[in-house]
Amino acid sequence: MIQEFKQVWKPYAVALLWLLGLLWPLLGIHKDGTLSFNETFTVWIYIAAGSAFCLFLYLLNQSGTLKAVSSPLAGVRQTAGKATAKVPVWIWLGLLLVFALCYPIFTGRYAQDVATNVLIYICLGLGLNIVIGLAGMLDLGYIAFYGVGAYTYALLNLNYGIGFWTSLPAAATLACIAGCIIGYPTLRMRGDYLAIVTLGFGEIVRILLNNWMELTNGPNGLLGVKAPRILIPAMENGLSFEFFYLKKLHFLYYIALALAIVTIISVRHLNFSRIGRAWESIREDETAAELMGVNTFMLKLLAYAMGALFAGLAGAFFCARMRFVSPESFTFLESAMVLSMVVLGGMGSIPGVILGAAALIVLPEVFREFETYRMLVFGMSMVIMMVFRPAGLIPAKRMGKRGEEGDG
Amino acid sequence: MAEPILELKDVQSSYGNIKALKGVSLRVFPGEIVAIIGANGAGKSTTLMAICGIVPVEKGDIRYRGESILGVTPEKLPVMGLSQVPEGRRIFPRLTVLENLELGAFYRKDRAGIQEDLERAFSWFPVLKERRRQEGGTLSGGEQQMLAIARALMSRPKVMLMDEPSLGLAPLLVQKIFDIIRDINQQEGTTILLVEQNANLALQAAERGYVLETGIVKMEDRAADLLTNPEIRKAYLGE
Repeated sequence: MIQEFKQVWKPYAVALLWLLGLLWPLLGIHKDGTLSFNETFTVWIYIAAGSAFCLFLYLLNQSGTLKAVSSPLAGVRQTAGKATAKVPVWIWLGLLLVFALCYPIFTGRYAQDVATNVLIYICLGLGLNIVIGLAGMLDLGYIAFYGVGAYTYALLNLNYGIGFWTSLPAAATLACIAGCIIGYPTLRMRGDYLAIVTLGFGEIVRILLNNWMELTNGPNGLLGVKAPRILIPAMENGLSFEFFYLKKLHFLYYIALALAIVTIISVRHLNFSRIGRAWESIREDETAAELMGVNTFMLKLLAYAMGALFAGLAGAFFCARMRFVSPESFTFLESAMVLSMVVLGGMGSIPGVILGAAALIVLPEVFREFETYRMLVFGMSMVIMMVFRPAGLIPAKRMGKRGEEGDG
Repeated sequence: MAEPILELKDVQSSYGNIKALKGVSLRVFPGEIVAIIGANGAGKSTTLMAICGIVPVEKGDIRYRGESILGVTPEKLPVMGLSQVPEGRRIFPRLTVLENLELGAFYRKDRAGIQEDLERAFSWFPVLKERRRQEGGTLSGGEQQMLAIARALMSRPKVMLMDEPSLGLAPLLVQKIFDIIRDINQQEGTTILLVEQNANLALQAAERGYVLETGIVKMEDRAADLLTNPEIRKAYLGE
């Protein structure tokens, strides 16, 4: 252990000094232009002490000194793992569903709001996962379809009084069409070029929403969109039906949950279908896929359309929840956020994307405690996660269900 | 003589400004193995890519079973019975061996038939059965080549186009692959059009051979005669 410490202490010390140098201007400059050292030094001491402790534990573990403590722990973990493996997956899924259904009962407004956000982003992440994770096309303008969905509902509702439920398929269809419009000319492009074109498309949609005053009311956005409504029987004068608007947060949470569940089930079906496999073959080697009889043109277009569809659904819901929509919600940053969820969670993996969405929405909320350093801590935790799990939090599993099927 | 199953008539193709094929004519008859040999850049692979519709044909005609396949998109060819073992194998590295094979039968929907062909592919290449759950990219070069051939067989091809099956393989493995190619031809009756740099092996396996040089067919003959042709021996067999 002493030997190992000798090897690392020098670069470690240099790194700490370097960090101090970086932190000082970052944290030391005040609003009035003065520079102080105290605050920076406190933060630095915390980081240094924390990392030194981690390093110490790491070295201790490497040298085997920790074995005495960790081996019984490992035994416990193994038995626990075995016990959980015995319970069939559907029971876990059932428990998860019950938890999701009961969630609003024991949580407040704030937690419900965050959870609704997570559910929206799950839909978005899973949709983008079709395009990136399965078909292997980098799409940097994905949020445009979200915008198309949101504006579809807003405009239908404001101009024609059409309700949320009827608008939902319309939003999905329009997003699909937008997906085909962007998909069609870009299908011959690969890799970086495709990324640039989709980035441009995302911006075009945002700028269009921003500048088309007559239709979208420009940067002011559209106000007064109605919340989703349902018909309930009313007893006041005989039996009649009246509209009940689902404005309350927990109603919206349940709608988001339903949308997310529909998305998860459909994406899972797509994933394990012939189409899903064809998408994966395109991701792996497009020419070879074509030689195998995969109609790469149609399937890539389909990938775009399907990805856009889920974004459209999520967008319509987003608009119904906010009861307001403006182009600000559909910036490149949002696209990057959804992309990060997919990459962080694990490309092509459904549980991974779900976890990624949850992590990227919940973490910034948790880090609110850190106030000013919130985004710094957030960025750092993302870097750390990608260093330790480069394939994502839950990497996509091969040799899964599909491998078993065809096996005699 | 019988009708050729595959016929190229004065085919010309380019990559941008560079003319890769300046008029290639060749005929392949049902049940035979035909080898196309030639140096680097002679247009061997381009010929196969042109047949598959990946490289556009500017002039000339390609006829398969008596009908022109010039306008046919690449993904329809496996349905018609033409399948390719592409250069450099091009298996799907992150899909399992089994998934790779099932993609070979992508256009087909008869599950029973696919299962049967899967067993047949495994009987040709038992090592693939052992590794069926492994990702394609984790196989060795020889195994990947076997997988590429097995994948092409999964579409029940009448004509199999093979591009450099010996590329990057150890000599012993190359011999084995060529033995299997000959067995497939004899036992399944699959017509094989083979593109090879390893002229010696290709001509030993084939019945007839074409020598391609800078985009034109320089010579065509029975493979055995090409093998003994002093000019060929000097240019391609390293003597």
